[in-house]
Amino acid sequence: MTTAVERPTLKAKERPGDRIFSTSTIVSGSLILAILAAVAVFLLVQSLPAFVADPEKFKGDATNFWQYVGPLAFGTLWSAFLALLMAVPIAIGIALFISHYAPRKLAQGLGYLIDLLAAVPSVVFGLWGIGVLAPLVQPFYTNLVEWFGWFPLFAGPVSGTGRTTLTVAIVLAVMVLPIITALSREIFLQTPVLYEEASLALGATRWEMITMAVLPFGRAGIISASMLGLGRALGETMAVAMVLSPSRDVIFQLLTSQNPTTIAANIALNFPEANGVGVNILLATGLILFVITLVVNMIARVIINRRKAFSGAN
Amino acid sequence: MSKRIEVNDLNVYYSKFLAVEEVSLVIEPRTVTALIGPSGCGKSTFLRTLNRMHEVIPGAYVTGEVLIDGNNLYGPGVDPVLVRRQVGMVFQRPNPFPTMSIGDNVLAGVKLNNRRMAKSDADALIEKSLMGANLWKEVKDRLDKPGSSLSGGQQQRLCIARAIAVEPDVILMDEPCSALDPISTLAIEDLIEEMKADYTIVIVTHNMQQASRVSDRTGFFNIAGTGKPGRLIEYDDTTTIFSNPGVQATEDYVSGRFG
Ligand SMILES: Nc1ncnc2c1ncn2[C@@H]1O[C@H](COP(=O)(O)OP(=O)(O)OP(=O)(O)O)[C@@H](O)[C@H]1O
Ligand SMILES: [Mg+2]
Repeated sequence: MTTAVERPTLKAKERPGDRIFSTSTIVSGSLILAILAAVAVFLLVQSLPAFVADPEKFKGDATNFWQYVGPLAFGTLWSAFLALLMAVPIAIGIALFISHYAPRKLAQGLGYLIDLLAAVPSVVFGLWGIGVLAPLVQPFYTNLVEWFGWFPLFAGPVSGTGRTTLTVAIVLAVMVLPIITALSREIFLQTPVLYEEASLALGATRWEMITMAVLPFGRAGIISASMLGLGRALGETMAVAMVLSPSRDVIFQLLTSQNPTTIAANIALNFPEANGVGVNILLATGLILFVITLVVNMIARVIINRRKAFSGAN
Repeated sequence: MSKRIEVNDLNVYYSKFLAVEEVSLVIEPRTVTALIGPSGCGKSTFLRTLNRMHEVIPGAYVTGEVLIDGNNLYGPGVDPVLVRRQVGMVFQRPNPFPTMSIGDNVLAGVKLNNRRMAKSDADALIEKSLMGANLWKEVKDRLDKPGSSLSGGQQQRLCIARAIAVEPDVILMDEPCSALDPISTLAIEDLIEEMKADYTIVIVTHNMQQASRVSDRTGFFNIAGTGKPGRLIEYDDTTTIFSNPGVQATEDYVSGRFG
């Protein structure tokens, strides 16, 4: 026998400050969603013709849109993945050096330098890739193919110019390095002293302290920082367009003169001459890039949330 | 395992600031020593010199010596990492690693010494250490949950378990009960009483009853004024300090007539 008791609804008095704050957060939050939605709708609408375009409208030997975009998507993911593979460990190393090893003065100087690097425009990196890096690494590539050609990724024939997928990946790695480093450094500096001291008091060396306290705490932050770097690498246009002569094939080899180009570079190279449904096709590849970025970020979220209870955020 | 501590003419600095001046005392093995005194008089600072945690703070250093069984901790060539494995520490705020499970927290220090432990040895050690910290019954079914999922008092006992798992010679505790309720406090005091059989224990506390309940000897620290260094005013048997202290300032402090 339960009698329904009417629950009095407690309502706190609304203060103007709270009101302004909550309104402004709601407005900016919805603004982001609205902009994202507008971009998605624009891409989607503009892309529709591409999915039903005539076979002869596609460049190269693709006969439908998926055949056309597949190799480009592969090239995008492959070069960005290689870039992250190189950049993340180095970035973490530099960030740890700045946050936990370097003397304070040196750390500050290095910090500024890294922040400056993050502001260098990508055209400059592209020029550096063609002008400096490619000729510099070409002899090294020749040796690599000679000695390790049996390893599929390093199979020949070697490119004579050095302008290969690996070169692009190195350029991209250098480009994303500063942002990952800068964010990781901030995260490592936020490690609670309480836990650093807990590990030191157990007799941890500095490196052991880093593996016990600093890195586990920074895990989610490192993943987020890498995702920002990955975002930049996936969308990078100029550096890739400048270094690679485009080809649209799925090629894993890193050192040959046949190298898959990326979605962004492909758009940049072909947009000036595109007309009619050609424009729609390029926009549709942009939609695919948008989706790839979203999916990659969602995967990162899932990874971060999987060990939420152990994140130290509670 | 328990060892004797001898401190000679110890001065403790934060860069140019002399925080603690001219401390000399002897702590016998298998005893509990309480350090009391007003806030800011350098109890924590002094305690942290006993396992070389003081120098973790940038610019911090000491002069003088701390001998453990005759070996100077501050002698040339002494590795602070090895010192800290010998002299364990429990902090004021419970700090189990939230990124590790309860079981891994207990093993955190042990794994530093010896990475590859048989699973059975590890389990046995977890059980033994948690028993030693009076926590086993409460957590035995959730050893794989994060360390942060425990209550404050349980977390502090987990930290004690973590400290005793490495079997140190000395255990330092800096106000281990200040964040705890009276019942958890009593649990930890009982634990200190039991641990005395195996370890030399030094505890900082603001709680006079606690000092008189758990300790054999008591040291009273004081400062002459802000910016002045802290000094060890009196160091004697706990009963003497609380019933018949030799210095007026000590009597004022323990009877609550201070500042
Ligand atoms: N990291 C630090 N850098 C500089 N000075 C410090 C630092 N930590 C403590 N001090 C100073 O050293 C003196 C002693 O501080 P300490 O923390 O040892 O006091 P305490 O006796 O433990 O006080 P409480 O009972 O409040 O914990 C104080 O004057 C304090 O301001
Ligand atoms: Mg203190």
